[in-house]
Parts: sequence; structure tokens; C-alpha cells
Amino acid sequence: MKKFYIAAIVIILLTPLGLLAPGSAWGEWGLDEIKNMIGYVPEGMSRFSEVIKAILPDYSIPGFDVNFFQQALGYIFSAVIGIAAIVLIFAILGRIMGKPQKKNG
Amino acid sequence: MHIPEGYISPQTCAVMGAAMVPVISVAAKKVNESFDKKDIPTLAIGSAFAFTIMMFNVPIPGGTTSHAIGATLLAITLGPWAASISLTIALFIQALLFGDGGILALGANSFNIAFIAPFVGYGIYKLMLSLKLNKVISSAIGGYVGINAAALATAIELGLQPLLFHTANGTPLYFPYGLNVAIPAMMFAHLTVAGIVEAIITGLVVYYLQKADEENILYKFSYKLRGDNR
Repeated sequence: MKKFYIAAIVIILLTPLGLLAPGSAWGEWGLDEIKNMIGYVPEGMSRFSEVIKAILPDYSIPGFDVNFFQQALGYIFSAVIGIAAIVLIFAILGRIMGKPQKKNG
Repeated sequence: MHIPEGYISPQTCAVMGAAMVPVISVAAKKVNESFDKKDIPTLAIGSAFAFTIMMFNVPIPGGTTSHAIGATLLAITLGPWAASISLTIALFIQALLFGDGGILALGANSFNIAFIAPFVGYGIYKLMLSLKLNKVISSAIGGYVGINAAALATAIELGLQPLLFHTANGTPLYFPYGLNVAIPAMMFAHLTVAGIVEAIITGLVVYYLQKADEENILYKFSYKLRGDNR
């Protein structure tokens, strides 16, 4: 159990390695990148691009992403928040799944 | 391969969302039947693993990036239906909190990453086992094919946009590149790098899980590998 938690923490602390890869994923550009590539932003793209505003856009803390150190902290923070949110959703699903007498809860 | 908001038309989002409704309802039924409340942490760990592994961007020659998704690994260890649920929840959180993949595009993204990837990967894994390959090699091949199938589905959905949705003079309304650009670009990234990373992670974790003893919290992930039903 202890080993599992240590491994999980190590993996989370290593996530900023994912920031080292340069550029965006193909097909996941921001609107400014699109503009640079084809000279305009398709109408539908700009209309729908911000249906909801993410709290931690691109796994970063807004305004706290000027250097790699800040980006790395924001990335680790995002990993922790994301995992916590997932655990919370499963906890809720666990409460509503099945009938209590049939499931060992 | 997370499709951002505005990259595919609302019509496409609706069709893909509608396609995911029966998948998710069957998956919910199957998971409710075959898992107990005490298995919830196992499903949550699977979902959190996929979420975290997707944060490890790897460089692709030509200046773009990609990442593994862990879909086949979840399908092998939890079963493909439970993998579907776990991956959909990871995708939902990515879209909601981090803007990684659109909320309207969640149906399309979960179709590709939470349905195509785990089911294709699982099918290939079973096929390789039937060819007498060992579990580690079979799972790695399954992972490689699974992520590439998802990449192909993503490329097709993106590449169809300029064909189907444009203004009167032909200007694309959404994703501007056609199938002839989208398919080679997506497949290059996943056939060369992301697929290999997915294969290595899948194989390594399966190798490790086969050795996990009962004391290990991850032992629950290995019952399918040991051939037990529960």
C-alpha cells in the first residue's frame, strides 16, 4: 500500500516531463496558431472555441505560467486536482450503483 | 487526439454523442453487474492512471506532440466495458477543468478514446493470445493497434469537416484540413511514436501486474491476467 502511494506520487511529480515536448499536438492548436497556419480562423471555430472556460486551461494556473518552474508547478497541481475530481466522481458513482442489499457497500 | 471545441460542427458533436449513449448505458449496466462497490477504487485508479498518462506529452518529429492513453491496458485489466466508463470520466474531467478536448466534442472524444481504443485494443490482445503469443507481447500489440485505431477515427472525424461544413464559397467553417491531410498527419504521430509509447507502457504494466502478489493494492488489476473470474 505504502509502495503504491510512493509510486503514485513519483509519477505525479514526473508529469512536468510532459511539458518538455515542444509545440502543440497535431489538430489541437489554439486559434492564434490556426490563424498563423491558414491565414484566417474558420467562423465556427471561433464561435465555439470557448463554450466553457476551463479553470486550469492547458493544465496551467492562469497568470502563473511565465517560466518552466511555474508551468511545472501548475502541471503537478493540475494532476492532483484532476485525480481528486476523478476519485470524487467514482465515489459518487459508488454510492448510486446497484442496490445496497445486493452490493457490499 | 482530443478534439478541441469548435473543431467539429455541432451536428458532428450530436451524432457522436448519440453514438456514445448506447455504449455508456450498456457499459454502466455491465459494470454494475460485474463489479462490487468495493471495486470502485480499482476503477478510479484505472481512470486516474489514464488521466495522468495522457499528461506525458512526447515529441513527434516535425514539431508536434502526442501522448499515450492507456486505453488497452484498462481494457485488459478491467474489461473493455469498465475501461469505457473509466476513460469517459477521465475525458470528462479533462474537458471540464483543463479545456483538453471540447465539452461539446466529448461524445466524439469518448467514441475515439473510450470506445474505439479499448475495444479494438482488447480484440487484438485476444487475437494475439489465440495465436499463442504471451500476455506481455499480446497486450503491447493490442495497445499499439488500439491507440492507432482511435487516431484514425479522430482523423476521419476532423478530415470530414471541410467536406461537409463550409460556406457557400467553400471556406471551411470548422476544422480546415481534409482527410488527405488529417489522416497522414495523425497516423504519422501515432504509428511512429505515440503507438510505440502506448505499447511499451501497456506491456510493462502487464508484466508488472502478473508479478503482483496479494499484498499489492494493484493485485485486483491482475485477476483477469491470472485467468480468474474474480
